Amino acid sequence: MTISNTSAVDYNFDVVRQFTVMTVIWGIVGTLVGVLIAAQLIWPALNFDTPWLTYSRLRPLHTNAVIFAFGTSALFASSYYVVQRTCQIRLFGGKLAAFTFWGWQAVILSAAISLPLGYTTSKEYAELEWPIDILIAVVWISYAIVFFGTLIKRKTSHIYVANWFFGGFIITVAVLHIGNSMAIPVSAMKSYSIYSGAIDAMMQWWYGHNAVGFLLTAGFLGMMYYFVPKQAERPVYSYRLSIVHFWALVSLYIWAGPHHLHYTALPDWAQSVGMVMSIVLFLPSWGGMINGIMTLSGAWHKLRTDPILRFLIVSLSFYGMSTFEGPMMAIKSVNALSHYTDWTVGHVHSGALGWVAMVSIGAMYHLIPILFNQGRMYSIRLINVHFWLHTAGIILYIVAMWISGVMQGLMWRAVNTDGTLTYSFVESLTASYPFYFIRFVGGVLVVTGFILMAYNMFKTIGAKDGSLKPVEEA
Amino acid sequence: MDYGTLRGFFALLILALFIIIVLWSYSKKRKSSFDDVANSIFEEDKLNKKNNESHLKTDSKQERK
Repeated sequence: MTISNTSAVDYNFDVVRQFTVMTVIWGIVGTLVGVLIAAQLIWPALNFDTPWLTYSRLRPLHTNAVIFAFGTSALFASSYYVVQRTCQIRLFGGKLAAFTFWGWQAVILSAAISLPLGYTTSKEYAELEWPIDILIAVVWISYAIVFFGTLIKRKTSHIYVANWFFGGFIITVAVLHIGNSMAIPVSAMKSYSIYSGAIDAMMQWWYGHNAVGFLLTAGFLGMMYYFVPKQAERPVYSYRLSIVHFWALVSLYIWAGPHHLHYTALPDWAQSVGMVMSIVLFLPSWGGMINGIMTLSGAWHKLRTDPILRFLIVSLSFYGMSTFEGPMMAIKSVNALSHYTDWTVGHVHSGALGWVAMVSIGAMYHLIPILFNQGRMYSIRLINVHFWLHTAGIILYIVAMWISGVMQGLMWRAVNTDGTLTYSFVESLTASYPFYFIRFVGGVLVVTGFILMAYNMFKTIGAKDGSLKPVEEA
Repeated sequence: MDYGTLRGFFALLILALFIIIVLWSYSKKRKSSFDDVANSIFEEDKLNKKNNESHLKTDSKQERK
């Protein structure tokens, strides 16, 4: 502990280090599987005629890997770090914290094995079968005990806003996961949901959208409220706004799920509630985005020299974009055009690669030197290269998917004067091919960026303690 | 009271709660304490810098030689 990090408190950074390293590794794995399935959509032969490598089995592997392996590891790392630093106390639970790391890695490995083998509940983002679901619940409850245990024994009087977001995310994900995964097992790896029909669909998207709302939003907003002020070296723009932001966001998100079920067997009133709540949700989302970006007011020049800050601030711009696009797509008449098309895929990736990945990458670049006793990352230049690779990759990806998606929507609804369909489905598929290639190129850029990040990380870890001096402010 | 009326009251209750949260967080009395909290994440670093200042000075001298 030489320069940045001498303190009176003996923090438990072991578990933070473990989760930080695995975040980067799972980032590579998750996006690499994504690139493989993107390539399969152009060159179907890439499934090599083996059932284990078919698109239908690898797609859930990709989504599980990026959300639960990469994203959730980043959340574990940052929440364990932030809660200790802001409460100025060692993490509660000792071995229980270590258990959350090994338990969570076991969940990821069992997903990586069981999904290609074809074991699935078929519920999107909740595909894992019941034994793994039980393990997830056990690890998650341990996570809650460690996190809230630390909050309870804190040395500070106030609970910093980042912890409110982390806490809200941990509780809600426990409720969502246990609620949606209720099932009756019929064999070791097969179960049936206790819900049926439209109720099952509603439960699934109550879970599904709040996985977006709490895991991929509230948790990462907690990250934002600590790491953006830290990296900018300025307090958050408005602490009062952050309180209103928290309560508005958590009370609204939970209602937005039905917008995934427009024009289905779900009762019409429920669809309308989902639509209205999704539109109202725009307000807290933009309140939070403005709060994050305005933290930089008076210090905009830092963006020129600090690529880590650039990651964090651009992530907020993507957050603003996707939380404008989302409410718009939740309007029933817009949804009639966008649903089931690549537009949805583009929207998801502007949120996932733009917001979630960029804020995590920024936070990890901030954390790695601190955790491994260095003043800075091994190479600032490489962070900058990573930033541009990642940004260019996202833009290629989402622009391609927007064009492809709107085109698909228009082709599918086009009718001739006699009422027959103008285009067959295959015609719309053929028209999408060029955009699938652009998407593939974008994905390759993102993976390349992650590999550079891993190289930079291992060089930083391997360097002699304190040998990398912090950059002097110009 | 039927279910619909109950839900109406519940909606009003949530609205009232929200207004209370806004008034509470934007009341003038709490401004300074919230400013302190917003700055609290930097306190530990400031302390560390003080402790390390002497150490850093010797470091840079050594480098110059």
